[in-house]
Amino acid sequence: MSSYGKIIRKKDLSILQKTYIPEILKGLRITIRQMFRPTFTSQFPEERFKPDSSFRGRPVLVVENGVERCVACGLCARVCPALAIEVQAAETELEKERYPLKFEINMVRCIFCGFCEEVCPEEAIVMSDEYLLVFSSQEEALFGKEKLLKSTEDLKERLEFLRSHR
Amino acid sequence: MDLISILILLAKILIIMFGVLVLGAAMAVLAERRVSGFIQERLGPNRVGPCGILQPFADVAKLMMKEDIVPSKANRFIHDLAPIISISVALSTFAIIPFGNTIELFGRQIKLIIADVDIGILYLLALTSIGVYGVSLAGWSSNNKYSLLGGLRSSAQLISYELSMGLSLIGVIMICGTLRLDQIVLHQTEYFWGVIPKWNIFLQPLGFITFLIASFAETNRLPFDLPEAEPELVGGYHTEYTGMKFGLFFLAEYANVITSSAVTVTLFLGGWHLPFIEHLGLSPLVLSLLQILTFLTKVILLVLFFIIVRWTIPRFRYDQLMRIGWKVMLPIAIVNFLITGIVMLFLL
Repeated sequence: MSSYGKIIRKKDLSILQKTYIPEILKGLRITIRQMFRPTFTSQFPEERFKPDSSFRGRPVLVVENGVERCVACGLCARVCPALAIEVQAAETELEKERYPLKFEINMVRCIFCGFCEEVCPEEAIVMSDEYLLVFSSQEEALFGKEKLLKSTEDLKERLEFLRSHR
Repeated sequence: MDLISILILLAKILIIMFGVLVLGAAMAVLAERRVSGFIQERLGPNRVGPCGILQPFADVAKLMMKEDIVPSKANRFIHDLAPIISISVALSTFAIIPFGNTIELFGRQIKLIIADVDIGILYLLALTSIGVYGVSLAGWSSNNKYSLLGGLRSSAQLISYELSMGLSLIGVIMICGTLRLDQIVLHQTEYFWGVIPKWNIFLQPLGFITFLIASFAETNRLPFDLPEAEPELVGGYHTEYTGMKFGLFFLAEYANVITSSAVTVTLFLGGWHLPFIEHLGLSPLVLSLLQILTFLTKVILLVLFFIIVRWTIPRFRYDQLMRIGWKVMLPIAIVNFLITGIVMLFLL
């Protein structure tokens, strides 16, 4: 790459270069060498890509000691730019006093911005590393509490990432 | 001509049709896609069948089921005719190519060539010139500016390169003293000083290079694919074609690549001749089969060369194409045929 950025005029070329043939052979050498290099393709359904902890997959509710952390404050529903989250609060005997009776994310609307995770005071809703979302109807895309709950062990990497980037 | 020789002729035609069209062109399409994948550090189609072998057949099935759209105000008859011309020219050129020496089967001497004609090379040049009609009629009948430009470019390009192609062949004809392709191959089975095979590539290196470049231009392959130049002309002459009519153009392109590889092998690379094989004393049948295999291997290697070149060099600009055709290729071809004449007159 010694000539990179220099203007090459036709009169500067040697006779051999003007015949194109050695230059074409050089190019052929490069393409043939390229053929035997390892490919970057990942064979999708068999080979799954494991995202980094900074990846924002579908949002999930964190479950700690068998109970979700969520106190149903409604901030996530408030901040959601796509209006995808719906929360209904109820009272409970536990220390946190409130829990979500209904927590529903419309996954057709969700834009994976991660605002809900950022705004949550309890670190109760985080973005997981799941990216395979397939629905065949609008109703199927409404993820209720049963689909959203995920234990802390499964979300360890993301929670650590969030703490180190606070 | 008795019944059995007619049957043998039909069998040869079927084998060539099947070999060139179904196995050859389809596999060339697949090879192009996979080789380009490897060059670009990806895999290419590998899902349909083992290593993607059935991919071209799946593509053809898809193309067959597509709707056939003819643009309004297009000339329907010519629009239908153009792909037929393209594919039939590509296939019929193969009729005069000897894909092996005489083979003895069931007590019969069978010549491994469909049409054993005296004017071999002239037939070849005549048919490749007809091939341009497929492209330019397709461009003209589509009622589309870009198609028309593609067709015009194609005819200009073919006229320019046909000349140097024909002139570069004169050297070969002068050396071999015949137009018959089987005789030309036989002429190449001799040796220089008993070591180097007397292939025409060693006798006519300039002629080989000009012929190879001209055949790149004849098959409309990169770096000379101006008739279809995607960035400028959308798709050139086949922009307005859909379904299997487009598929025919596509197959014809690859059939052309195979045909011109086979012609190059026959004229310059010794055809079915495998050097030094005759000294081993093999039985005639094994020898014939080995010769067919040699021919196939040579053709496949040359087709791969065509494919790799496509993914290596960029397209020429139109004025560069014309300048190379008229100001470089034509003089080289003439000089080559003058040198051949002088050498043959004074030195032999």
